Formats: sequence, C-alpha cells, structure tokens
Amino acid sequence: MFDNLSGRLDSVAQRMRGQGRITEENIQETVREVRMALLEADVALPVVRSFTEEVKKRALGAEVAKSLTPGQAFIKIVQDELVRVMGEAAVPLNLNVQPPAVILMAGLQGSGKTTSIGKLARYLTEREKKKVLVVSCDVYRPAAIEQLATLAKQVGVEAFPVSSGGDPQRMARQAVDHARRHYFDVVLVDTAGRLTIDEAMMDEVKRLHRAVDPAETLFVVDAMTGQDAAKTAQAFGEALPLTGVILTKADGDARGGAALSVRQITGAPIKFLGIGEKTDALEPFHPDRIASRILGKGDVVSLVEEVERSVDQEKAKRLEQKLRKGGKGFDLEDFREQMLQINQMGGLGSLVDKMPGMGQHADQIKDQLDDRFVRRQLAMIDSMTPAERTRPDIINGSRKRRIADGSGVPVQDVNRLLKQFKQMQKMMKQIKKKGGMQRLAQRLMGGGGGPGAGGMPPGLGR
Amino acid sequence: MSDEQSTGQRRGLMGRLRNSLKRTRSGLTDGLAGVFSGRRRLDDEMLEELEARLLSADVGIEATETVLNGLLERFGRAEIKDGSSVFEGLQEEIAKVLEPVAQPLRIDAAKRPFVILTVGVNGAGKTTTIGKLASRLQQEGRSVMLAAGDTFRAAAVEQLKQWGEQIDCPVIAQSTGADSASVVYDAYEAARARGVDVLIADTAGRLHTQANLMEELRKIRRVLARQDTASPHETLLVLDGGNGQNALAQAEKFGEAVQVSGLVVTKLDGTARGGVLLALAQRLRVPVRYIGVGEGVEDLRPFDAKEFAAALATE
Repeated sequence: MFDNLSGRLDSVAQRMRGQGRITEENIQETVREVRMALLEADVALPVVRSFTEEVKKRALGAEVAKSLTPGQAFIKIVQDELVRVMGEAAVPLNLNVQPPAVILMAGLQGSGKTTSIGKLARYLTEREKKKVLVVSCDVYRPAAIEQLATLAKQVGVEAFPVSSGGDPQRMARQAVDHARRHYFDVVLVDTAGRLTIDEAMMDEVKRLHRAVDPAETLFVVDAMTGQDAAKTAQAFGEALPLTGVILTKADGDARGGAALSVRQITGAPIKFLGIGEKTDALEPFHPDRIASRILGKGDVVSLVEEVERSVDQEKAKRLEQKLRKGGKGFDLEDFREQMLQINQMGGLGSLVDKMPGMGQHADQIKDQLDDRFVRRQLAMIDSMTPAERTRPDIINGSRKRRIADGSGVPVQDVNRLLKQFKQMQKMMKQIKKKGGMQRLAQRLMGGGGGPGAGGMPPGLGR
Repeated sequence: MSDEQSTGQRRGLMGRLRNSLKRTRSGLTDGLAGVFSGRRRLDDEMLEELEARLLSADVGIEATETVLNGLLERFGRAEIKDGSSVFEGLQEEIAKVLEPVAQPLRIDAAKRPFVILTVGVNGAGKTTTIGKLASRLQQEGRSVMLAAGDTFRAAAVEQLKQWGEQIDCPVIAQSTGADSASVVYDAYEAARARGVDVLIADTAGRLHTQANLMEELRKIRRVLARQDTASPHETLLVLDGGNGQNALAQAEKFGEAVQVSGLVVTKLDGTARGGVLLALAQRLRVPVRYIGVGEGVEDLRPFDAKEFAAALATE
C-alpha cells in the first residue's frame, strides 16, 4: 500500500530539494503536484483541500523562510501533515470496562468485517490472552453465519450459536449474556454489510449498538475505496459513535487514500490494518510509521518488532554466534532456518515494504522475489541428506542430480543455490573484518543507487 | 432521502435504475445548476467546479481532463444559452468516453456449455453477481449450472449453494480447501453430460498483487482450455463500484493473468458513483457487461453508456 503516493511525493521532494528559496510562485506548482498525488491516491477531495491549504500556509510561514534548506523543510511539513491527518500516535483498543467488553463491527458489504473479526479474535486470544466469544448478527447474506462459525473454529474461539431466522438485536443480547455468565473477556459482534442510504438498515445497526453498549465500535473499510470513503465514513460516523477503524485489504497496491480520508472525516483513529489472507494478517496501525513509509523512509520499527515476534530467539542466538565467528559452521541447515523465518514473517514482500529507501523499487523487487522462489530453495535443501547440509562441499554431480529430481527443479537451480550459499559464507567472513558491516550494508542497499537484483542479499536474488 | 420510495414497491426498470443511480447523480451535479445560473460562458470557476466534482466521483485525473477538454471544445468561450445545455454537453462527453465499452454479454448458443469464469478481489461481490446473473440467464430461457470454485473463504461454498437453492440452479461443489481447478473441471464434465447451456464458475477473491494466487487462476483457465480450447468463453472481472483508481490496477493485473473479457461493476446503489468506469474505459477499453444497482435479482443491469451518463449528470 501507499507505494504510488510515496513515489509521487518522492519526485516532488527531489525537485524541492534543489530550491534555494520558497516563494509564492514555486510553491504554487509544488502544492498542485501534491494535490494531484493525493487525488490519484484516492484521498477524498475535501481532505485534499484542507491538506494542501495547510501545507501551503505553513510553507510560506516563518519556519521555512528561516531554514537554510527550504526543500527539506517543505518535505518535513508534508510529513507532519500526513501524520497529523492520520492521527499522531497509535491508539490501542480500549477494553477497560466491566467484562465482557463488546466490540461491534460495522461497514459496507464486502469491506471485510467477518474476516476481520476472525483475525481480531485470534489477535486478542494470542497476544492479549483474552477469552473471546464471537457472534454473527448477519441474518441477510447467505451463509454469513456459517462463515463466522468456520472462522471461529479455525482460530480456536467460541462462536455463539445463532440461526439465520433470528432477530439481530436479540441474538447480540443473548450472546453478551452468555459471555457474562461464562466469564468471557471480549465479545466480537459481526453485523450485516449495509449501504449508508438504507435507512432501515442504518436504524438496525443503531438499535444493535444501543442493545449491546459496546466498548469499541469499529468501522471496517476497504483500503481500495475511492472518493466514496468520505461519504460512507461520515454517514457511519453520524449513525454510530465510532471509536476506531480497521483498514482492510491493505496488502494490495491500494494507494491508501482511504486511510487519510477516514481518519480526518470521522475523527476515529485507525486501529488495525488487514494485510493478508491468513488469520494472523492483522497489524496494529502506527500513523507515524506509515507516514514515513509513504515518504519512502521505511518502517524499521515495525520490521524490528516483526522480527522479534516471529524469530525463535534460541535459533537466532545460535546463528549470531556463528556470524561472530565469521560464518564458521554456518551451513545449509542455518540457511534453511533463515528461509523458514522469512516465510513466517509474511514472506519477502512484507519485509521489502518496510525497508527504508525502497520506495518505488519495492514493486520491482517484489516482482523478482516471489515467495515461490523461497519455497523452491527450501525444497532443494529438504532434498539433501544431513551430511550434505552440513558439508555442502561433498555435493558432486550425481548428488546434484538426485537433489534436483527430489525437489523438482533443474540441476542449474541446485548449482545456483550452492553458489549463493558460498557467497553468503564469504560475506560473513567480511563482516568479521573491520568495517565489514558497513560494506555489507552498502551491498544490501545496492550502494545507495537503488537496489537492483545485483544488490540483493545473496540467496535472495533470483 | 425523503423522496426515496419504499423498497418493496415495484417500479419500472428504468425507474429502478434512475432511482438507484440517483445518489450517483445527485452527488455529481447537486447544486450545480446554481453554479451555472447567471453565467454567460464556461469560465474558469465553472470548470474548476466541474473538475472537482468529476474527481470526487472517482473519474480520475486523466478521464476528467478528457471530459473537460471535450466540453471546452464544444462551447469554446462562446456564450451559453442556458444551464441545461451545459448539462447536456456534460452528459454527451461522458457518454462519448463510455460508449466504446458498452458491449453487452452475448452468449453463443453454439458453444455448449458456454463457460463464464468470474474473478475479482475479495469482497467485490462475485458470488452475489453469479447468483443474479444465473437467474437472469434462466429467465432468458437458458439452463445454467454453477461451479463453487471458491474453496478458500470460509462458507463460500455454502453461500453459492444457498443461491442455487433460491433460484433453483444446480451447483457443483467439493469441500472447502479442495483444489479450485478440479471443482471447475468436475463442473465442466457435469455441464457437458447434462447438456447445460451456461456454466458459471466462481473463484476465491484474491488481491491482484498476489502472484501465487493469480497463478492458481491461470491453472483454472488451462484446465478449461484442455476441455474446449475456446473456453472460458467469457472471463468476467467483478469490480466494487466503491473502489477508486485502484480498480485500474485490478483490471490491468487480472487482465494480464487471465485475459479478462468483460467487467461487472457492483454496488452502484450506494453513495459510490462509479466514475472509475470512465477511467477504465479510457485507459483499458475492456467491455463493461453489467452494473449492479441493488439487492434484487433484477438489479443486475446490462450496461448502457447513455443511461449511465444521464444518471451521472442530470440537471
């Protein structure tokens, strides 16, 4: 997400850097470009207007005039505005009420409410150790109730049994009662998708809200939504006291305009991003980090957190020791471990997104590194004997053929894997030498000149 | 919406469409007559206002420029007789962009079964569209069979089966988690054996950026082509009418992967204006087959450029 906006703003920034002075005239053109970039990214028009006006006002103000590098100062203003529009700091769920804390989800058809409930149930169970009950009040869409029941089973939480002939309000109230009596911490209430102009349905969700008195009322919105995000968000915000937003399908190439619009218009903070098909693909939303991702500065904090959460500390320590010894003892088994961990962190694509300096290159790189490639490498290593994995030198022609047959790849691929592995060993020796880390970083980032395939870490390029 | 009729009431099809698209329309030209009144010529202020309105209908920068340039050419700086001539001009310019892609779906009776593969991102409305389309084709006197190719999303198979029951249409399904291509293969065999006219295959929603899932779609196509080289005879991409410029990326990527031959744009009965259709028409020229303007089976309407333009910009 945000790649396109990020690219456009990047080119605006490049030109501004060269400006010695900011004047009414040169700012006019730049602000127009920012406006176009935002509109192309599907930011709602009213939000674009207030955004550009604010940027312009501040750009002509004292802080820029005094600055020695007005271009830089201008970029800073754009970044500040982005953060301001999306909300300054991350806002977590507030579940500090007498249990059970009820979370009500509302949104248009197909925005991803039911899927998000499944993900949120898993998130609350695993990361916050809550006992979660889910209940579907969608009595309209065929099989909506079955969908939530199936998801609940998948993520290991209880689904309150309801029938499609029931009354949504009664069903919700019964579920909350059930939760109270059985000591659940949280009840997630799914609702039917509805259009904001459907008065009867909007009334229904209002009544539902009154009936369960939720601690959190979350508006679920598709990241790919266009200008309509503004209207829809406003209508839901008027009907319900929204406490937060879940932005779904944010793993695609949506330009993320909805993220900017929805926060500004409802005033409710974005709390989560839905970033994939699997039930663990839900990420807390950090506005400041996203703003720096938009401006191509990467999101290192999230990357580090992600690594910390998914990497097995034991294994990481072992690998680190090997690295310190200059790659002595680093074998294909360790290589395999690394691949598996990349997979666990949501694949290469999600890592590339968060790396600094990727900007427009992110897409290019992602094209090159699809995750099938990682899987193929894993398959090759899996087809090796333990002896081959610890001492790759013993792999001769006939062993290569066997490995290739075993993993269903041509022999050349096995050769390439072994070569990459050797390069990696060599690189580790360099790290040990003084200043090696810097050189490594340079190689990883392609010497600062935009990472191409040649600049990728060995073993990751194709 | 005080003038909104109660939903239960029957209306003529034209009325239905106009009513459903009215939000689309009122958003675009609401109060515009006020802006136009008393003006002698197409001045910058008017153009700016029109630009803003087109942009906020998701028309996109490129198509907006086309429409406005057309309007400028039409009127130049000459005097405007009255406001309504501007509206007419606007309608005609919009229709001009849309007309080339308004091509209805034609089912070749010689191809039996005529195979329609539906694809799209998650939540675009594929399954619902299939239900409505099947019912429509049945009403035209064709026999229809459905293939529950969405084996990924929880209860997607059940959702399609319930549609099948509702409109009395056979559904070929395996369990959730089964290989989607194999379901479609089974369905093709069954459709041929029973002499069914049209087979509509559902697929799981997928973001167009996921290479491995797009590969899965290609496999379904390959499996179908092995049965009948011309099949699937139609590959429909279902787009959410509320989507903005990202719809272009969707159409491009799905087009590359599975040669999309037609579009269905859903959910145009809400506040979404579907202006992205103009951007799509201008950039990609993929035929638009149907638009979804409501919950009812009859609310899947063949796309008509003039009608759409009229609904989008009426005085």
